[in-house]
Amino acid sequence: MRLAGIIAKRFARNKLSLIGAFTVLLLLIVALFAPFISPFSPTAIDVHNILSPPTKDHFFGTDEIGRDVFSRMIWGSRISLQVGFVAVGIAIFIGIIVGALAGYYGGWVDAILMRFVDIMLTIPTLFLILAVIAVVEPSIYVIMVVIGITSWMGISRLVRAEFLTLKERDFVLSAKSFGASDGRIIIWHVLPNALAPVFVTATFRIAGAILLESGLSFLGMGVQPPDPSWGNILTAGKENIEVAWWLSLYPGIAILIAALSYNLVGEGLRDALDPRLWEAERR
Amino acid sequence: MLSYITKRLLLMAPLLFGITLITFTVIHLTPGSPVEVQTEMSLKASAQARENLKKLYGLDKPLHIQYFDWLKRFVKLDFGKSMIDGRKVTDKIWETIPITLIIDLLSLIIIFIIAIPLGVYSATRQYSLFDKLSTVGVFIGFSMPDFWLALLLLILFGVHLGWLPISGIQSIDVSEMSSMQRFFDWIKHLILPVGITAFGGLASLSRYSRSSMLEVIRQDYVKTAYAKGLKEHEVVFKHALRNALLPIVTILGLSIPGLIGGSVIFEMIFSIPGMGRLFFSSIIARDYPTIMGILTMVAVLTLIGNLIADISYALVDPRIRVKR
Repeated sequence: MRLAGIIAKRFARNKLSLIGAFTVLLLLIVALFAPFISPFSPTAIDVHNILSPPTKDHFFGTDEIGRDVFSRMIWGSRISLQVGFVAVGIAIFIGIIVGALAGYYGGWVDAILMRFVDIMLTIPTLFLILAVIAVVEPSIYVIMVVIGITSWMGISRLVRAEFLTLKERDFVLSAKSFGASDGRIIIWHVLPNALAPVFVTATFRIAGAILLESGLSFLGMGVQPPDPSWGNILTAGKENIEVAWWLSLYPGIAILIAALSYNLVGEGLRDALDPRLWEAERR
Repeated sequence: MLSYITKRLLLMAPLLFGITLITFTVIHLTPGSPVEVQTEMSLKASAQARENLKKLYGLDKPLHIQYFDWLKRFVKLDFGKSMIDGRKVTDKIWETIPITLIIDLLSLIIIFIIAIPLGVYSATRQYSLFDKLSTVGVFIGFSMPDFWLALLLLILFGVHLGWLPISGIQSIDVSEMSSMQRFFDWIKHLILPVGITAFGGLASLSRYSRSSMLEVIRQDYVKTAYAKGLKEHEVVFKHALRNALLPIVTILGLSIPGLIGGSVIFEMIFSIPGMGRLFFSSIIARDYPTIMGILTMVAVLTLIGNLIADISYALVDPRIRVKR
């Protein structure tokens, strides 16, 4: 508990990260309470207001079939954030398993797994994702899974590095001498100590996944309409950008703000969790 | 040194084999085949016609046989023929790859020119106003949906202001221009795509050089240099900078997949006839030979990039050569 307090204090010292954290929280609240916040249904069509500029009824204007963009973006935050969280969850899961096995067992297990990581890192993520989802109807679940299984490599390298040093430590050796099984040692003794850098990377990855989904949507390969995601609202707006620029402006700002907030939180967490910086301060 | 390079070259072969194996499996295991894409428009296409098409493309054979067939041709640098227009895949790639590479290379040069001084200066003035501002700027660049920025700038400079062309890499009347005019025409077409690609890549490199420099500044030999009374710029440029730049070399190799991956989106926005756009249209048509050809070429480029990075790293840092 004392440690958590120290980390929170160190995190709070960085004003930008603190602002990022509040924005992240705000976005989560918006996503959670979307039905109560959004003034209109995200799919309600208002034929009298097509491509309307921002007004006091429609804060962000309306789209080409008269749907309220503000409401669509509030509901879109649910999908965009879900994609971010689930995709990163999958990446963490795979990354921890691969990294833990490679780092703990070493030898040929390590060699094979890490060459596999090298291979995956050489293939451009976007190309691989496109190759998979071009034919599978890109539902929100497909997007989550595909982003997840193409972005775990960095995490596995981090976990492996942590395991390599941790497995030689006294507390692990003592657990071994008591006859604890490998699985028990990995999950209960080593893993909890290896998680700090994973949290940091995961935060950055959420920003990355939100950006990636919007990029895929831009190519028509993201979450498919009528489900609103920030990416596909922006893409729909692109068609009318010369007469209604606001349709593309606001979703882009939302993506930018969300990604920025997660990146700032990640940066703050990194500094707060970095023991090398603790040392520097103690001097 | 020579043995080091040979060793690295030999390591590339199994890696390339693994890459082609994985991409081949992924592409062929996803549902939907070129046969379906080509016959879905005509309901009359009989089952027999589909079988014939499959046989024509060799898709009726088991997957591992198909892979070995592909591998046999690949060793002879033959990627087969495109299923869309029957042209050789190697021809299609050679037409598009220089365009993508030039854009990526120019972006990379701009990234290095701007990012390294930015990061180094921020590090030497840690927590100053400049450091804070550049940090914020870098984070915004990091979080920017770059296709969105491209779209907005395209509308602003291309449509509303009319300063820059909105698509392609040359004007229609290019044949009537003098070579000087042609060059400027070309530059005008490249400003936006190169600028935005560079902007996206700027953030991570300047961040990286900043933290690398911060680490070096805390080293004992830098303290020693200060202690013996050297001026700050002497310490920074002669002692710290060289060592801080070492790890940055490796970033070069790692940034290639990202740059080429990003080319899909930019080439779509700016209608640039490069490899990214070719890849996208091949994906839509499930043109297996072209998809495999491009993915393999990208992998080769990345491996070469890594090799160059490793070699230059070994050249500048003798510790690496001795260790391996």
